Amino acid sequence: MHSFAYRLNTLLTFSLLLLAVLFGAASFLDAFNSPLSASSSHVQASAQVLKVNRFRRQLNGADEVSLTFNVSLDVQPLFTWNTKQVFVFLAAEYETPKNALNQISLWDHIILDKDQAKFQTKVTTKYPLIDQGSNLRGRKVDLILHWHVMPKTGRMIRDKLHLSDFHLPEAYT
Amino acid sequence: MDWQGQKGAEIVMQIMLVVFAIAGLGTGYAIGSFPTMMLTYAGGVVLTALITVPNWPFFNRHPLKWLDPSEEERHPKPQVNVAAASKKKASKHK
Repeated sequence: MHSFAYRLNTLLTFSLLLLAVLFGAASFLDAFNSPLSASSSHVQASAQVLKVNRFRRQLNGADEVSLTFNVSLDVQPLFTWNTKQVFVFLAAEYETPKNALNQISLWDHIILDKDQAKFQTKVTTKYPLIDQGSNLRGRKVDLILHWHVMPKTGRMIRDKLHLSDFHLPEAYT
Repeated sequence: MDWQGQKGAEIVMQIMLVVFAIAGLGTGYAIGSFPTMMLTYAGGVVLTALITVPNWPFFNRHPLKWLDPSEEERHPKPQVNVAAASKKKASKHK
């Protein structure tokens, strides 16, 4: 502590240590702010398939579907003071003889602000639903909403909610 | 900065930083704003730096009182030291 540089060094080292402690505390307090199961019970969401835009078999033999659906979301309870953004994606999940679980993201969205965390919208599939093979005719497909709560500091919270299910048509369009 | 000043500066630095960290966390959590916490703490760090890093006059209130050089002449070093030194030399020569 005898010279300017030593005092500056001490100050920076100690202040950075405390900064790390602050971030740890913020992450810890977050657990109280939104219960660890910041979960399914708090999030309101629904999705209905309105229309099958296209349902065809690709040249390589894989089924491809394009859908239009209604999404209504309310993930405001997920936002705390330590939340940077919430990533939500709607996944189609179904079972085929080959795979116990097929999981395909149809639509996703990044919510940056609590004010934008409640909305209703009509969307077409952002990414086409393409099967590994030709198993989609008449298949029951579950629509699952997944979300990743990304905090400013601390661990990422992931959770999901089953929204609805529907049956694909028996014939290609 | 004298010895007392260095001790004081270190204590003041640590107390101020901890206080500002707690204050920042408290206000940030109460308002629910992460930037508020960061700004409060950053302000505290800057203020602490201004107070404790430069060599302010109030850190120099306890200068060391060195003996006057003439004192040394009046109190020569005890001869024992010389004897010990010569002993060492003798053992080395063996």
